[in-house]
Amino acid sequence: MNLFADALNWILDPANYVGPGGIPVRLVEHLGFTVVAVSLAALIAVPFGFLIGHTGRGRGLAVATSGGLRAIPTLGLLTLVALWVGIGLGAPYVALTILAIPPILAGAYTGFEAIDRTVIDSARSVGMSEAQIMRTVEVPLGLPLLIAGIRSATLQVVATATLAAYVADFGLGRFLFAGLKTRDYAEMLGGSILVILLAVLLEGIFTGVQRLVVPKGVAAARPSVDRGRSARPASGMDPAITKGTH
Amino acid sequence: MTWIWSNLDLLWDRTLDHLVLSVPPLLLSFLFAVPLGWVANRYRISRGVILTASGLLYAIPSLPLFFVIPAVVGTSLRSPLNLIIALTLYGVALMVRVVADGLASVDKDVRQSAVAVGYSGWSIFWQVELPLAAPVLLAGLRVVAVSTVSLATVGAVIGAQSLGSLFTDGFQRGIQAEIIAGIVLTVVLALLLDGALVLLGRILLPWTRLASTSRRALRAARVTEVSE
Repeated sequence: MNLFADALNWILDPANYVGPGGIPVRLVEHLGFTVVAVSLAALIAVPFGFLIGHTGRGRGLAVATSGGLRAIPTLGLLTLVALWVGIGLGAPYVALTILAIPPILAGAYTGFEAIDRTVIDSARSVGMSEAQIMRTVEVPLGLPLLIAGIRSATLQVVATATLAAYVADFGLGRFLFAGLKTRDYAEMLGGSILVILLAVLLEGIFTGVQRLVVPKGVAAARPSVDRGRSARPASGMDPAITKGTH
Repeated sequence: MTWIWSNLDLLWDRTLDHLVLSVPPLLLSFLFAVPLGWVANRYRISRGVILTASGLLYAIPSLPLFFVIPAVVGTSLRSPLNLIIALTLYGVALMVRVVADGLASVDKDVRQSAVAVGYSGWSIFWQVELPLAAPVLLAGLRVVAVSTVSLATVGAVIGAQSLGSLFTDGFQRGIQAEIIAGIVLTVVLALLLDGALVLLGRILLPWTRLASTSRRALRAARVTEVSE
């Protein structure tokens, strides 16, 4: 327990809160990086996911690509891209945006697929255009699963951004690697605890958001248990892990 | 390519290291998850507590966890045991939900029929519920296998030898072929373990018609992934 006391002292030490390598700066770097990487991934994945979900086409390809991407070890991708583009933020941005795409893509199209077909047929039969169906029916009803996908992606990026400090001088992961180099266990453990707190905090926030985005009528009519239990795609070998590659 | 041919021994050694790190967590997480999942499925209160805890556990980033475990358990930072413990924890976090869902998926009528013909609680679990939930458990194990193999590489940055060492070494020495070989071997190892589990399922679960059940099982596993 002494080790944890040391780590706590490290976290509470005012000296660690000043300067360019202080905890606040690293925290902002970490969060800023996460927001940018997840946003980039969402910009790419959400339109494709909606299109796949709406048309029902290209799902096999999306599942296969996502499955393949998920099996790739993060550290390998990170170091390989870092060798290509050099040390710095470039490699983490490329690697982590790629890693954040599969869960968001899956969230976007499974959200559409989980909708009762008769609801969409009804929308069509009362004369809604395809664009209207997407905007007013499919997107709101599919939103909870899309948010679930974004949540997975965010947690994965927050976790992997720690690892990215191996190839770039940024984020909370620096404390882990700096401590490792100087054998300062308080710094390693303190940094680790900060990252864990950040991840758990984000998990909590997303759980709340996920509840908020369920449309009122749906929340009243549907027991939360079968959320998303319908038409999930199947494939031969799909790791099916969104947060697997920490 | 020449690098790969002249370092086949190294690649083989790291692959073995990797197997030592990833197979025990796979077995251990299954052993721990079955009773926990049973408890989670049995009582409403324990379901909430266990599933919330496993969700939180799974949200913990792996690298920080590798640093925290030595402080809790008292192992040395570079010990492979840390990695095995951490990977087991992730495996359990993932499998508990699968086990609970798998057991819940057993038809109530089937369970009641078993009670009616005189099965005791203990034998219902072993002879009715577990076999019927088995395809779902297998699908969950496949997910754990692939993620464990991938996660085990992370330990390399703190010095635990695995296929991940090829990434750190290749990065530091600027050898692209080494990193690529590491990625390929990791993916291949994941596929092999996955294939081995599928094969094991065919041998151990002859009563499942694989074509239909594996699809249902995979779906159940994937629902776990997004909706959890």
